[in-house]
Amino acid sequence: MDEKLKQKIAFNILLIITILIVAPVVLIFLLVLVRGLPGLSWEFLTAIPRDGMRAGGIFPAIVGTIYLTLGTAVFSIPLGILAAIYLNEYARRNALTRIIELAIINLAGVPSIVYGLFGLGLFVTFLGFGASILAGSLTLSIMTLPVIITATREALNAVPQSFREVSFSLGATRWQTVRHVVLPNAIPGILTGTILGLSRAAGETAPILFTVAAFYLPRLPQSVYDQAMVLPYHIYVLSTQVPNVSVKIQYGTVLVLIGMVFIMNILAAWLRARFRRRKVW
Amino acid sequence: MKISINNLNIWYENYHAIKGLTLEVAEHEILGVIGPSNSGKSSFIKALNRMNELNPRSRTTGEILLDGENLSAIDKHFLRKRVGIVFALPLPLPLSIYDNVAYGPRLHGIKERKKLTESVEKSLRAAAIWDEVKDRLDTGAFKLSGGQQQRLCIARTLAVEPEVILYDEPCSGLDPISTAKVEEAMRQLKKNYTQILVTNNVKQSARVADRTAFFLMGELVEIGATPQIFTAPRDKRTEDYITGRFG
Repeated sequence: MDEKLKQKIAFNILLIITILIVAPVVLIFLLVLVRGLPGLSWEFLTAIPRDGMRAGGIFPAIVGTIYLTLGTAVFSIPLGILAAIYLNEYARRNALTRIIELAIINLAGVPSIVYGLFGLGLFVTFLGFGASILAGSLTLSIMTLPVIITATREALNAVPQSFREVSFSLGATRWQTVRHVVLPNAIPGILTGTILGLSRAAGETAPILFTVAAFYLPRLPQSVYDQAMVLPYHIYVLSTQVPNVSVKIQYGTVLVLIGMVFIMNILAAWLRARFRRRKVW
Repeated sequence: MKISINNLNIWYENYHAIKGLTLEVAEHEILGVIGPSNSGKSSFIKALNRMNELNPRSRTTGEILLDGENLSAIDKHFLRKRVGIVFALPLPLPLSIYDNVAYGPRLHGIKERKKLTESVEKSLRAAAIWDEVKDRLDTGAFKLSGGQQQRLCIARTLAVEPEVILYDEPCSGLDPISTAKVEEAMRQLKKNYTQILVTNNVKQSARVADRTAFFLMGELVEIGATPQIFTAPRDKRTEDYITGRFG
């Protein structure tokens, strides 16, 4: 067979496979959009649920998800970034750091329901936070940590070693080098990785199931010790626990959650593009 | 003597990179160091400001004295302020021209804008690049040509006011005109600094250095006044190397 024809066939097969990968994303999004869009309204976004959640809005769940994501950010971003800086810039390679690295890798592989049960045991029961935004945020933070640590380490590693050497050669200490040369150049990567990690956390159901999620709350949470309604759990409730919920409310809720995660991902992509344009090496 | 080296040995794991080196460097001289790849030239100068310690696999024995003071007794951050280094490739930091030069002084606690600006101008003048960049100090250092970047790096090293400047093949990536400018800068710096120039370019040592040392396989084969090394080398291996018969 003609070599050019072979190449054409091969490339077309690759193209079809690539399109197949995109297909589920597009289909899910279209389905949710078509079925959910009619349900969206100002009232839907800003009112509390009525009639056993068969009418009204999902405002408490939106607010709960935002609180929970912010709470997760508060705990996981500093811990994750600082741990990554330590591991990458300070720690010597020895048995201890290898064990820590192994632990981080394994942490990333733990099923999310296990995080939920762990959070229930440690934060809700043992530490006595009860089912609360605090307990939920901490549980989601532990789940997000490996993502943030890994993303931060990748960003730190992407800063050329030569920049560090130059800084040391001018008499800088390790901290001065990290502070003035490494971090400023790693921040874009750290930011995007962190936001992506948080957007994952925002959509998780299992870890919040026992640690924060409320079936129904007619008011907004008053403090970090309050339970909260959260979108992923609310979707679960609407689709399996409450009979006769209209499709447009079910899909409308899904659309809102997907929309929030989407906005975070687009923010990450935008930040990355923006910093890349400014990158000078 | 500015620098005295006594029986220096450097290993990288099992590889013996410097073998029992004993050498002295006088104040305000330019010492050229020549030799083929893997002769230990770079290991030698990196030991002089303890940059080799950044490699956790390296091990050093013997003593190096700077003004009679043992190097291992000097805090390494202060040592690197006293002994600066210019690397083989121009390595500006991703900052403006001004901030590149001001980086060192800032590290060492100078905050006042006026003092920083003075230091930047003085260093850029000393590195023979002031006239080319004085109108665009705020532009990124990566906008400069390779030769300009390397002189900027020299200026950055000068800005911390070292006593000794080490050059690790500073012109290996530069064209002849840029090389000539860098060499001219070295000659100008002679009156204030002790300089050690490691170079792959034998002729560069002949042009710039007061004395030249020839390294081979981690050993110092021969050291002497540059004219003597190039016209009447005592060792056959030196003669073979500078005439291009091996290496």
